[in-house]
Amino acid sequence: MGSSSAQTPILQVNKLKKYFRQDSSMFGRSERWLKAVDGVTFTIQTGETLGLVGESGCGKTTVGRTVIGLYQPTAGWVAYKGINLARVTASRRLKNRRQMQMIFQDPYASLNPRMTVGDIIGEPIAIHQPRIRNKERADRINELLNMVGLNPEHANRYPHEFSGGQRQRIGIARALAVEPELIVCDEPVSAVDVSIQAQIINMLEELQEKLNLTYLIIAHDLSMVKHISDRVAVMYLGKIVEMVESEELYNNPLHPYTRALLSAVPIADPDVERQRKRILLEGDLPSPVNPPSGCYFHTRCYRVLPVCRQQEPAMRELGNGHYVACHNV
Amino acid sequence: MEQLLHVKNLEVEFRTYAGVVKAVRGIEFQVNPGEVVAIVGESGCGKSVTAQSIMRLIPSPPGRITGGSIIFDGENLLNKTERQMQKIRGNTIGMIFQDPMTYLNPVLTIATQITENLRLHKRMNKEQAMRRAVELFGLVGIPEPEIRLKQYPHQFSGGMRQRVMIAMALACEPKLIIADEPTTALDVTVQAQILELIKGLKDRFQTAIILITHDLGVVAGQADRILVMYAGQIVETGTTDEVLKKPSHPYTWGLLKSVPRLDAVKGKKLTPIWGQPPDLLQDFTSCPFVPRCDYAMSICAQQMPPFFNGNKVRCWLNHPQAPKVKFKKEVS
Repeated sequence: MGSSSAQTPILQVNKLKKYFRQDSSMFGRSERWLKAVDGVTFTIQTGETLGLVGESGCGKTTVGRTVIGLYQPTAGWVAYKGINLARVTASRRLKNRRQMQMIFQDPYASLNPRMTVGDIIGEPIAIHQPRIRNKERADRINELLNMVGLNPEHANRYPHEFSGGQRQRIGIARALAVEPELIVCDEPVSAVDVSIQAQIINMLEELQEKLNLTYLIIAHDLSMVKHISDRVAVMYLGKIVEMVESEELYNNPLHPYTRALLSAVPIADPDVERQRKRILLEGDLPSPVNPPSGCYFHTRCYRVLPVCRQQEPAMRELGNGHYVACHNV
Repeated sequence: MEQLLHVKNLEVEFRTYAGVVKAVRGIEFQVNPGEVVAIVGESGCGKSVTAQSIMRLIPSPPGRITGGSIIFDGENLLNKTERQMQKIRGNTIGMIFQDPMTYLNPVLTIATQITENLRLHKRMNKEQAMRRAVELFGLVGIPEPEIRLKQYPHQFSGGMRQRVMIAMALACEPKLIIADEPTTALDVTVQAQILELIKGLKDRFQTAIILITHDLGVVAGQADRILVMYAGQIVETGTTDEVLKKPSHPYTWGLLKSVPRLDAVKGKKLTPIWGQPPDLLQDFTSCPFVPRCDYAMSICAQQMPPFFNGNKVRCWLNHPQAPKVKFKKEVS
């Protein structure tokens, strides 16, 4: 997918940085910045699913939030269908916002408890398509509820009357309400019970096929990401360290961090577990306020070279769309 | 072998405004010395309540243990007074919780918290307890123990806090450790470190472990035996190999099929378990899994299935007259 340049990607993210200011000192001298996202570049083609994985604190959620426009980038840019979102007029930006929606991790926190389900789903329609009549909007709400496997009667109920899995469906219906093209899913199933997760994942896949959606899936569960994504990008401390087609990532991981990450995922098969060799990383994630020199991973890397401590490895393509940033490869 | 723990017909309920929630409905299992027994199931299936009952930590009211017995080391824990229980908790039974930050006291140093246990149960003096604490920190892989012991919980990362908790659980060399979702809050690479640590310590000290988790992957690498719980009941038990490789309850099978596996071939659809877990306010006269079961027969909705195959599985499909259903495990 990486080489098809004829088509403009639906989403381009270029050298994106997002820093958060830490405690500004009383005398305004020492400013510390938390480098949540530190130069991230990727593209997504229409209809494709890109998975963004990494451990907590790696900046994956910040990438998603910056892409959707909830944060302003510190540097770099995000382009939707070839148009830089920072350089467009307000009305154009609103239009783009409509085409990019988000599904949130916590189905309890992301639904307003005082609004009925119908109002929750209808709100984005009211904002983006104010001329739509009430009757038409109600029909659309019913259609959306059906689409996510809920009943039209549910429209008059409140979020607390639903289970976690059903709430996540409501969140998905809300995201679909304005017919988006790109959906950023931030940990779509991690707050949902195991037996319900598959229901949600299958639904996301079916909706993608039916509505030709493009997904950016942000998650820490590597098995799930592998299952749902066409390509996967692995993040560590605000940077992408490896990005490749998902099957290839699992068969042929090249970055030492990716290897450690994959080897750590437990598999529900005692035979497989007995044979597996784990790569155990030592130490903890360094602070993104004060990241290490050179390659950010060198403090925990088991294949560290002298050059890793001094020089940051560049992202290179090794053919067939396999990108990796490591001096060792 | 003399069994260490025998839970017999345990029943636990919670009185709420909506009615009486029967969280645990007559479960029975044993744990042998040095054995790792995993309890798996979804939230609300009663796995954590079972663990808390063993420690007698059910908040009461609203909770109440309404029946059964918990025989630990030959004595029924349900007949103990609170004072006697305090001598057991943290001493012969250790506990590791999911979220160490809520378990550790934020205003006391780690040293105070870890030595308290030792001074109380083992009657050590301050220096002895401190020496033992340093030793324990070495054991669980916390570098620079002398410095780290003087710090407060917030100065530790999530993985390090969990190590502290394991050190505290091990302090008095317990015969049994109850680990309630010990790695759920951790990242996978840290989870791998902690699981490796628990395994190593178990082999070294021959401590029995009750491992409570919803992650069948974690279970596969750790447990000797598995109990699968659903709606307050044990629906299937067996060795790890039996349960994960040849599940005989449709719920166990459903759990295995609904979670994507890292080593699976791409392009296969997941098979979800339909519907929702049942409401625990109701009494069950038939199998509680019927509404979600793809293999339900007419008897399943009429009578509660007994245990079949030598107390291993609670499902009518295992009746000799039931049609033979093969759960095909489609693994790459």
